[in-house]
Amino acid sequence: MARNVDALYIFLLIVTGMMTLLIFICLAYFAARFRYRPGVPAEQIEGSTPLEITWSTIPFLIFMVIFAWGAVVYFKERTPPTDSTEVYVVAKQWMWKLEHAEGQREINELHVPVGRDVKLIMTSQDVIHSFYIPAFRIKQDVLPGRYTVEWFRATKPGVYHLFCAEYCGTQHSGMVGSIIVQEPAQYEAWMNGGSGGPLSATGEKIFAELGCVTCHRTDAQGRGPNLQGVFGKPVQLEDGRTVTADENYLRECILDPGAKRVKGFQPIMPTFQGLVSEEQVNALVAYIKSISTSKPGDAGKASASAAQSRSGKEIQVQ
Amino acid sequence: MNMATAIAQPVERENYLNKEYGVWSWLLTTDHKRIALLYLGSITFFFFIGGFFALLIRLELLTPAGDLVQADTYNKLFSMHGIVMVFFFLVPSIPAVLGNFLVPMMIGAKDLAFPRINLLSWYLYIIGGGMMVHCMLTGGVDTGWTFYAPFSTNFSNTKVVEAGLAVFVAGFSSILTGLNFVVTIHRMRAPGMTWSRLPLFIWAHYATSIIQLLGTPVLAITLTLVVAERALHLGIFDPKLGGDPVLFQHLFWFYSHPAVYIMILPAMGVVTEIIACFSRKRIFGYSFVAFSSIAIAVFGFLVWAHHMFVAGTSVYAALVFSSLSYAVAVPSAIKVFNWTATLYKGSIHYDAPMLYAFGFLGLFTIGGLTGLFLAALGIDVHVTDTYFVVAHFHYIMVGGAVMGYLGGMHFWWPKISGRLYPEGWARLAALIVFIGFNLTFFPQFLLGYMGMPRRYYDYSHMPEFQVLNVLSTAGATVLGVGYLLPMVYFLWSMRYGKPAPYNPWNAAGLEWQTTSPPTTFNFDEEPVVTWEAYNYEELDAPQKEVPVAK
Repeated sequence: MARNVDALYIFLLIVTGMMTLLIFICLAYFAARFRYRPGVPAEQIEGSTPLEITWSTIPFLIFMVIFAWGAVVYFKERTPPTDSTEVYVVAKQWMWKLEHAEGQREINELHVPVGRDVKLIMTSQDVIHSFYIPAFRIKQDVLPGRYTVEWFRATKPGVYHLFCAEYCGTQHSGMVGSIIVQEPAQYEAWMNGGSGGPLSATGEKIFAELGCVTCHRTDAQGRGPNLQGVFGKPVQLEDGRTVTADENYLRECILDPGAKRVKGFQPIMPTFQGLVSEEQVNALVAYIKSISTSKPGDAGKASASAAQSRSGKEIQVQ
Repeated sequence: MNMATAIAQPVERENYLNKEYGVWSWLLTTDHKRIALLYLGSITFFFFIGGFFALLIRLELLTPAGDLVQADTYNKLFSMHGIVMVFFFLVPSIPAVLGNFLVPMMIGAKDLAFPRINLLSWYLYIIGGGMMVHCMLTGGVDTGWTFYAPFSTNFSNTKVVEAGLAVFVAGFSSILTGLNFVVTIHRMRAPGMTWSRLPLFIWAHYATSIIQLLGTPVLAITLTLVVAERALHLGIFDPKLGGDPVLFQHLFWFYSHPAVYIMILPAMGVVTEIIACFSRKRIFGYSFVAFSSIAIAVFGFLVWAHHMFVAGTSVYAALVFSSLSYAVAVPSAIKVFNWTATLYKGSIHYDAPMLYAFGFLGLFTIGGLTGLFLAALGIDVHVTDTYFVVAHFHYIMVGGAVMGYLGGMHFWWPKISGRLYPEGWARLAALIVFIGFNLTFFPQFLLGYMGMPRRYYDYSHMPEFQVLNVLSTAGATVLGVGYLLPMVYFLWSMRYGKPAPYNPWNAAGLEWQTTSPPTTFNFDEEPVVTWEAYNYEELDAPQKEVPVAK
């Protein structure tokens, strides 16, 4: 990713460098050549439409090349590969809380293995923050009340800066950390260094404790939709719209159940706004995702199982 | 310049400055020239306050650790630096001082269309400015000049409401100035002053006024919503109550991106006048330069979300706003090419105003071209909210707008004050400003690409950024000297400067055909215009009577 951005950056440096040079050379040459000399009056020139059209069109075409190239790079930056390892990020004034799908928790540090795609599913507990890793050339604002996503694949082991890039109050400049990129073996060793079990298991526990399970049953009898296989699928809403059940939709359903109610169900679910922490919402989301795919964060098999669930039991919500 | 041929008028001749004396003759004046001077005094005051904050910011960043001031103090410093410089200096600067002084004179009018509204606009500015000073003295504000929600609405413990209201009030002063210019330019042009004979300074101010009229109310709405949200918790921006913090950014940038053009368009107008005069030529491609101002004003309203490529907007919105941002770059490029072409086969003089114009050309070119980096989606993700952005907008707003403002002040100072400024000092100051500016802000481009985020009080985790920060601080010191010098010699010249003739530059334009300083109603007789703008061929023709409107 960094290489894509730098390639475009160098292209731009060359293009704009040449434009600057062109303008500055013209300015300097004209300034010297046409300086005031007694008895040599200025020659009045009205203008030239062909010239105006030329120097409007050529820059515009160059700009469009830059635009297209920038858009391609951006599309890659904004589209996480489907089989990424997932890490949930909760930002607050003034720290980063990170939780791996496998259950490891970290603060202001993120351990990742070299060569693996890592997808960050991020939200904020208070103000807007921004998760910025300069070495990887990626940045994404982290907002309260919803998830935003960014991804990267580290290619070289090492320790890289993590900055908060959106001004967030007193200790904004203290909201920094490290991305620790390790060789796979080292990373495995770190991974096995103790964890409370996978995030989805925590989510399953919360799912039971909060009583979600009494309505969201796995048969057709529940008062709420069956959640098995729901993640990533289109859901028909009561108001006629269809939305994709992504992380943001699941999150919204937990915190504001009335907003996008599934067709055919009564508005009986209470809001969990204020009752669950951001970390618990993340765990619930991770759990619901895990019962939609064979293994959390393992989409190679996930797509197969998704196909299975499509052909096998049609989800209730449809 | 050795072409100044007009005779210095006797000093005791009645003019707008010596017609009346006393505080009330100033505070109750409806003369656009006196109001321009009221503005000049007040924006200079705010410029040095904002500059003082900037100096403290640069001093803090001299070392990686946060050691000069507290974190909260630093946050207030950059917030108030931004608010003061944008809303109380840059937005009013050229329009309210040079525009107020020159728009009526350039079109051959006695005053603006609504002289009392003009005075009201200054009072609104002073009330807003007074509220801002009060806010600063009683604790200040720490939200950044951008007031981003939900930090500003739910979290900051500083005087957000007071700062917001101060900017709200000052905004109306800007709206009224814009309204006055639009009406004046439409209705009060002298006989024969057709649209195609207008100086390009007027075209630039016309475009600026349209933005002020249409954009500033949106800022007022946005600030009202922030104040209401903070006081009443309405849930407009607070996601816990169903609001959307990104909505704030849409509203804010809908004004604040066009506001960049409020700052730069008038400077472009100034530079156009200066280049024509000091190369003794008509402007190359007059109508293209004129309409590019209008194009910038129109397209400028369609690019606001390019400040929000990582803010959580959709990929498709980003594509639209990125491509439109390149569209708005074209009219700016057209201007730069036309200015350059104007020099071709000119007869170029290097007086201080022209040095500032050259400075403007260089810095605006760099500022504009680095904008291409920021509009490129893939690169913006990396450099947005870093020092790259800080450097970019300072090249436009300080390198561009302030260079234009200073160039204009030197160019028209003889007309405004009736005195000549010391040319040698002025050239030296122009050089110091140019060097100091580049030394301050060029290192920030490098810092930004290296990844230093903006609004960082303490960078002790990344000591590798220190060398460039030291350079930048050194540059800021030089720049500070460069800005103090003109103030000193302008003040000096008011008393000791040589009396200025009607037209010391032998420049085209109606404002040069009346006395320096002008009388209260500008012209003894209403001028009748029979020539195009920039008729330098006639002006420089040997033994030919220059058309004088007087």
